[in-house]
Amino acid sequence: MGLQALFFYLFAFVAIASAFMVIWARNPVHSVLFLILTFFNAAGLFLLTGAEFLAMILLVVYVGAVAVLFLFVVMMLDIDFTKLRSTALEYAPVGALIGLILAAELIVVIGGSVISPEIGKSIANPIPDLATRTNTAALGDQLYTTYVYFFQIAGLVLLVAMIGAIVLTLRHRTNIKRQDIATQVARTPETAVEVVKVKPGQGL
Amino acid sequence: MDTFVSTYVWPAVIMVAQSLLLLVCLLLLIAYFLLADRKIWAAVQLRRGPNVVGPWGLFQSFADLLKFVFKEPVIPAGANKGVFLLAPLVAVTLALATWAVVPLNAGWVMANINVGILYVFAISSLEVYGIIMGGWASNSKYPFLGALRSAAQMVSYEVSIGFVIVTVLLCVGSLNLTDIVMAQHDGLGTRLGLPASFLDWHWLSLFPMFIIFFISALAETNRPPFDLPEAESELVAGFMVEYGSTPYMMFMLGEYSAIVLMCALTTILFLGGWLPPVDVWFLNWVPGIVWFLIKASLVFFMFAMVKAFVPRYRYDQLMRLGWKVFLPISLAMVIITAFVLKFMGWA
Repeated sequence: MGLQALFFYLFAFVAIASAFMVIWARNPVHSVLFLILTFFNAAGLFLLTGAEFLAMILLVVYVGAVAVLFLFVVMMLDIDFTKLRSTALEYAPVGALIGLILAAELIVVIGGSVISPEIGKSIANPIPDLATRTNTAALGDQLYTTYVYFFQIAGLVLLVAMIGAIVLTLRHRTNIKRQDIATQVARTPETAVEVVKVKPGQGL
Repeated sequence: MDTFVSTYVWPAVIMVAQSLLLLVCLLLLIAYFLLADRKIWAAVQLRRGPNVVGPWGLFQSFADLLKFVFKEPVIPAGANKGVFLLAPLVAVTLALATWAVVPLNAGWVMANINVGILYVFAISSLEVYGIIMGGWASNSKYPFLGALRSAAQMVSYEVSIGFVIVTVLLCVGSLNLTDIVMAQHDGLGTRLGLPASFLDWHWLSLFPMFIIFFISALAETNRPPFDLPEAESELVAGFMVEYGSTPYMMFMLGEYSAIVLMCALTTILFLGGWLPPVDVWFLNWVPGIVWFLIKASLVFFMFAMVKAFVPRYRYDQLMRLGWKVFLPISLAMVIITAFVLKFMGWA
């Protein structure tokens, strides 16, 4: 238990410290790098609770894909900080509101389980014993049986988002050369080569 | 105090010793794979390759190591110093960290975790950070272009690698790497009534995925013919232009470690890991690690041959291959595999 507590405080401390640094860092690229460190430590915290599948998915999806895109965009954009900082206070009320809502939700969830610890047993699909069932299998069971429609709807929402992004950015330019692999492969000597018999000394 | 020593200190000492042993063996292996790479490349081009240091040039990699270490690291004036130095460290640490879950023989694994293959996938998807950070922190055009290319390339090919892994997982029913190898003990061959042999391994039953995985592994590790991030004719040396001495060596080490890892992963997923090719007593008597190394070396030989005789892809061709060829094929194979397993009752 002692080791687990040690690692919990390590991950939690680094996560919170790097979350602060995300806001604090002057360079936006450093901010994103600290954000990645925060994700990494969050994955560590997931591991400590036994949610190994979620931890790995957090790394694959957020750190491996989403944060790469963040980093891409932030590196490519030339952001003017003095301008950003001057208008930062305008966003403070909205940010505070979101923070307040998140804090309230956390208090309800954690408070609920503190006031009545047996509330966990009343949920429809309690967490199975992790010693007998890997949580990948447990998650899969729930996701593809009980919640299969929600899963499908989430997939459709993502599909719509993807098609939307493609439609917004697709720009078909006409006057450029494109490589068409199929036509290249379909070419035969008959269609591509013309054999001309040239008499000596005459040329074409 | 005694319980403290027996529960924490002693296991920690054993773990550190095991890690060090694995690390040393791995680095030696990488040194010789690197030499083999250069030798094979040279042989294809009718050259001798490195042949001066030691007999047949066997100590060339160590000479290179000394050379890199004793050179002066140069940090460009406009570079972002911290990130510049952090990038090679990230690259090499992540590349070596993946080896913690790779089983080299039955039970020969540092951490036999349930989600082994996902861990490998997650950590190798992080390796792109070393490249992006290095390219950006150099504060120069060529490294930045190289880093952007590399990031786009690695993210693209990770998608098809992910689907290939999913098909293997469907057949195995576990994310544990040891389970994946053990599941190949019986397969297609034994279903046809043959004794356990190399026909049971996934390379045959999932043949298209084996090819896709091999090619995607080339692209994922920035090997030729997909070495666009460091295409020397266009980008000088890509994201590594500004690097020299030890930081450069760390990038190289990370890259080769990733390559060897991909060889090991191909062996585990498709070539039956440490299982002998035919289930007979004298082949079973050979230690599993030998089979594992032979298979991984064969895959690496293919990596080296591809480098020697395939010309470099153009960038749009690379993207086309990843998104328009591999992605649809692997997606279709996931669905087909799932249906076959379900309707044949093999799942």
